[in-house]
Amino acid sequence: MVLIFVELDNGSIKKTSLEAVAYGAAVAKATGTTATALAIGTADAAELAKTGAYGATKILHANAAELANENAMAYASVLAAAVKNENAEVVILPKSGLCDAMGARAAAKLGASIVSGVTELPDVSNGFKVTRSIYTGKAFATVDVKGAVKILGIKKNAIEAVEGAGSATVEAFMPALNNGDFVAKVTGQEKASGELSLTEADIIVSGGRGMKGPDNWQPLLDLASALGAATGCSKPVSDLDWRPHHEHIGQTGIKVAPNLYIACGISGAIQHLAGVNSSKVIVAINKDPEAPFFKAADYGIVGDVFDILPRLTKAVKDAK
Amino acid sequence: MKILVCITNVPDTTAKISFTDNNTKLNKAGVQYIIGPYDDYALARAVELKEKLGGSITVLNVGEAESDPQIRKALAIGADDAVRVNAEPTDSYFTATQIAAIAKEGGYDLILMGRESIDFNSGVVHGLVGEMLGIPSFSPVMKLDIEGTTAKFAREIEGGKEFLEAPLPLVLGCQEPIAEWKIPNMRGIMTARTKPLKVVEPIAVGDMATLGQYTLPAPKGACKMIPADQAETLISLLKTEAKVL
Ligand SMILES: Cc1cc2nc3c(=O)[nH]c(=O)nc-3n(C[C@H](O)[C@H](O)[C@H](O)COP(=O)(O)OP(=O)(O)OC[C@H]3O[C@@H](n4cnc5c(N)ncnc54)[C@H](O)[C@@H]3O)c2cc1C
Ligand SMILES: Cc1cc2nc3c(=O)[nH]c(=O)nc-3n(C[C@H](O)[C@H](O)[C@H](O)COP(=O)(O)OP(=O)(O)OC[C@H]3O[C@@H](n4cnc5c(N)ncnc54)[C@H](O)[C@@H]3O)c2cc1C
Repeated sequence: MVLIFVELDNGSIKKTSLEAVAYGAAVAKATGTTATALAIGTADAAELAKTGAYGATKILHANAAELANENAMAYASVLAAAVKNENAEVVILPKSGLCDAMGARAAAKLGASIVSGVTELPDVSNGFKVTRSIYTGKAFATVDVKGAVKILGIKKNAIEAVEGAGSATVEAFMPALNNGDFVAKVTGQEKASGELSLTEADIIVSGGRGMKGPDNWQPLLDLASALGAATGCSKPVSDLDWRPHHEHIGQTGIKVAPNLYIACGISGAIQHLAGVNSSKVIVAINKDPEAPFFKAADYGIVGDVFDILPRLTKAVKDAK
Repeated sequence: MKILVCITNVPDTTAKISFTDNNTKLNKAGVQYIIGPYDDYALARAVELKEKLGGSITVLNVGEAESDPQIRKALAIGADDAVRVNAEPTDSYFTATQIAAIAKEGGYDLILMGRESIDFNSGVVHGLVGEMLGIPSFSPVMKLDIEGTTAKFAREIEGGKEFLEAPLPLVLGCQEPIAEWKIPNMRGIMTARTKPLKVVEPIAVGDMATLGQYTLPAPKGACKMIPADQAETLISLLKTEAKVL
């Protein structure tokens, strides 16, 4: 049995989680078994049943007031209980901070193998071999996964998720919770509301030191809003507090994998590229024709961002 | 306050990655090794906490003798002693088992790690170690203060941060801006030479995952340059040619 954890965002299943369901269903098919999903938190039955359209036959739903906060330790306990309950041999999680943390704790509870950053479907012809991203996207490695229970963290775009027709049966699942998982007290939260998440976004418009200052971001925000894109930035930009830290992309920031990444006034240092090299298409806009970003980009414009960005925004609006 | 800082020995962020031996080994020629950048943040915060609260810092690496220069550097930055588990750490579970064994023996109040290694980028060792020790783990932590036996910290969440309080002992995976990276000074480098570095053999762990072959990504095609005065054509190319709009 293949068990897939799906992440909820305000009651909706995240897109990367639907990809994980499709991935899990494909593994189930290849190994001659079925795929069950697991959701933790508040969501309505119709939303949960959607996992069926991506290949899950049933979805376990754990919901309790104590689980309202994303508590990786409590979530790991629920996940481990579900693995035991369903006799799952393979567990699929989308790659995210929450999933890495809960997958790790569940792996230690179960004595399971854990491989994070998986980029393709496994080869199950002889054993269970997966390909994972290593060296921050600069290379891949095949790993022969040997534990009786195998936990995989899959990267965005590891599979193309195609919506089908099925519907999953929703089953309430509520194991006993451990007090030990709730020793931490959440004393506050700062969260930008209504913002598109960088890890989920299909399009990202990102700015570097070439934007020249925090007050100059409007043209970039305008293009992002015309494209329905999320916004990111380089490390110096967040170090200088021009943009919030959670927008920082790269080796020491968030790793993203959108369909389209538009870099504005970012030089293309190797540490920045490490966070964007999984993007499908990269556009670089830079006034310096020698900027290293052009070597990593699919499309390039040599020009001043303050001239180019408003024109691109207008072109997007005109094309609608 | 007893702090354990776990550090990785990894290729520099600018290293060009290639492989030898039929794509089964990293080509180490010309590759410079560093303390993982996130581990460096963890170490820097540990040094600051020790300055404020007193206590000791032990650095721990699961790795072979080639890690020693990085361990010495950590000692020069301010750790008091070091342990190296003499093994090639090729799997997260294996590595975590070794760290948990050392941590249990030492009885640390705080175990600081990086958010992730920059060679395998798993971001799972802190969770594994926390569970193995039966204590809480959190990551990525971007701010940390200790008041008595309570840790007050901030964790990055999607689109923002969350503020938490939890009793020690804890395992935390760190990232910026928890502290500024520290550069060892001359005195640090001199004293580091004589600080104890204990080498211990690994405990046996069942085979959980074995590394096969490495591959490099397909080379990127040439960049299509669009003249600035025709910038608008980018949008139609993204629609019709790249098909991403
Ligand atoms: C261990 C380590 C980890 C790191 N991690 C990261 C990371 O995660 N993410 C990250 O981003 N960096 C990281 N860095 C820093 C990285 O090396 C670079 O310093 C950084 O990415 C540069 O940011 P930038 O491109 O915004 O600025 P700059 O390098 O200053 O580049 C600005 C660019 O803007 C262009 N420009 C200027 N004005 C204009 C204009 N009007 N119109 C168009 N273009 C213009 C310039 O030609 C230049 O190319 C790391 C460094 C180290 C050592
Ligand atoms: C063939 C091969 C040889 C390797 N040889 C070495 C080597 O000699 N030395 C070496 O350090 N790494 C080596 N590595 C890397 C090592 O495998 C990984 O660091 C380890 O498996 C954990 O990776 P991870 O991505 O799961 O860590 P993550 O879960 O991403 O790491 C999180 C944090 O855990 C701590 N941590 C992780 N690994 C270690 C470790 N090995 N020691 C102490 N703390 C750690 C760090 O604080 C790190 O920031 C080697 C890898 C391969 C493939």
